[in-house]
Amino acid sequence: MAMLDVTNLGISFGGLRAVDNFNIQIEDGELYGLIGPNGAGKTTVFNLLTGVYKPDTGSVRLDGKDITGKRVVQINKDGIARTFQNIRLFGKQSVLDNVKIGLHNIYPYPAIAGILKLPVYFKREAQMNEKAMELLKVFDLDGEADTLASNLPYGKQRKLEIARAMATNPRLLLLDEPAAGMNPNETMELVNTINFVREHFKMTILLIEHDMKLVSSICERLTVLNFGSVLAQGETSKVLADPEVVKAYLGE
Amino acid sequence: MKKKSKIKIKKSTLTTLITIAGIVLAYIIMTLLSGAGVLSNQMKGLLVPICAYAMLAVSLNLVVGILGELSLGHAGFLYVGAYTGTIFTVAMSDIITNDILRFVLGMIVGGVFAALFGLLIGSAVLKLQGDYLAIVTLAFGEIIRSVLGNVMYISKDASGLHFDFNDGSTLNSADIIAKGAQGITVHRMSTFLIGIILLIIIVLVVMNLTDSRAGRAIKAVRDNKIATETVGISVSKFRLLAFTVSSAIAGVAGVYYAHNYATLTGTKFDFNFSINILVMVVLGGMGSIPGSIIAAIVLTILPEKIRFLGDYRMVIYAVILIVMMIFSWNPKCIELRKTVSAKIKGIFKKGGASKKEVQ
Repeated sequence: MAMLDVTNLGISFGGLRAVDNFNIQIEDGELYGLIGPNGAGKTTVFNLLTGVYKPDTGSVRLDGKDITGKRVVQINKDGIARTFQNIRLFGKQSVLDNVKIGLHNIYPYPAIAGILKLPVYFKREAQMNEKAMELLKVFDLDGEADTLASNLPYGKQRKLEIARAMATNPRLLLLDEPAAGMNPNETMELVNTINFVREHFKMTILLIEHDMKLVSSICERLTVLNFGSVLAQGETSKVLADPEVVKAYLGE
Repeated sequence: MKKKSKIKIKKSTLTTLITIAGIVLAYIIMTLLSGAGVLSNQMKGLLVPICAYAMLAVSLNLVVGILGELSLGHAGFLYVGAYTGTIFTVAMSDIITNDILRFVLGMIVGGVFAALFGLLIGSAVLKLQGDYLAIVTLAFGEIIRSVLGNVMYISKDASGLHFDFNDGSTLNSADIIAKGAQGITVHRMSTFLIGIILLIIIVLVVMNLTDSRAGRAIKAVRDNKIATETVGISVSKFRLLAFTVSSAIAGVAGVYYAHNYATLTGTKFDFNFSINILVMVVLGGMGSIPGSIIAAIVLTILPEKIRFLGDYRMVIYAVILIVMMIFSWNPKCIELRKTVSAKIKGIFKKGGASKKEVQ
């Protein structure tokens, strides 16, 4: 059984059918690509999967569990974490704290324990710090743990966002245009990071990307969206050779 | 490899320690000055209000600076706390004869009631943001003041408390303790020492909260709501937490403030009062607890010290506020100063030199 099983997903905004009859099956450990021209509805699919929008039709199953229409917080707890096309970090907090916010539900303790500085506070904070530093090391950000997140260079902000998403201990990681605005060097580094995350954490990844070089080099399977519906689906090389896909991207 | 020392004090812990040391130092200095007879009566009279304003500024900072939501009804929560706490200390004056104990219990009662109102208002405005939240909290503050400070009559006899929401005519006039617009007659109990102790406790509560898991979640809500939800943190829950804690502290501060005067009436706790506290928070720096305290001290003493200006007092006060705002350490203000000074230099140099400095 597929780890993520989406059937017949759809949503309308007023008269616009933004996503229609969207199906996708992602296997455990797979790196799956979601591509399509601007405005095809890719980010809308992410918003449907993470609960930001409630779908009109269809269902989303994660590990066989129905998570259709659940709230954002609950879906994260169920195992889906994401990054954003326009980076959304907690800019006025340190890099370390950003990851610790990601660890919020992993090392819980009541607010009153924090106010009274009870032993559980010190214990959990120490655990959090250790885990957060471990994650930052993986993403090569441990040197900047005390820097304000908004002061990081662009490429590192992207990495920090992935680190924060990984901190929530997800089953499935959604990356929304991780290479957007990056130069070729940064993109190369990002490819290495994504590959490393995949192997190190045995992570299943669904990613939206426009950079065809990146997509063709790391994604095993692709789904192409156009005007809200699936245009093509399957192995990367076959999909990219499909004349319909070429038409949608480049025109006739 | 450089070996890191084991006893590494966290920056936030250090700030807390310095803040508390500062408060203690201020207490010692003021007590010494007062003992030496250097302190004017006017200054002595200001000590308790300064403590109260500092507590209020710190608590409002939790909502405005740390949670990042604009609340214009802080005086409302303060008044709820002050009112209920005072009713308690007055009503219990025969039963609990120990003044300090009664005062402390009164503060707890005031804090709990204010927290309940904070919870109530907070859950009503959960989905509101920015201007809308400001308007609702403003309206709440005014409603509280109008109701408690005008039509609320309470009497106390052997069988308990009796309430009347009209003119008190149904109550036995000899037993009335809260007389509508005439307010409540209070036993004055607030001292500078109690204020300092309270302020230290409040600073510890707010700073420890900010430095904990819940505090990070509250700051996450301020920085980015959508991202907060996607890492599995409920925005509503932590907004409500910050709102409730802030209200509770305002309530405690209200009880302390109320017991510095002979009567408690609603007229004081108007919109201006809320704005005054907000000005302290903004001037002291959003999210900065020591800043709030310093601003509270300065802005409580300043209007008293410029009384000699007579009719022009509030005009000059406003001008001073503007000047302080421009010359503060706020990053945006520093930026503005640089831009302006570069432009001025540019006028004199008549060259493109100004551009370099701006960038």
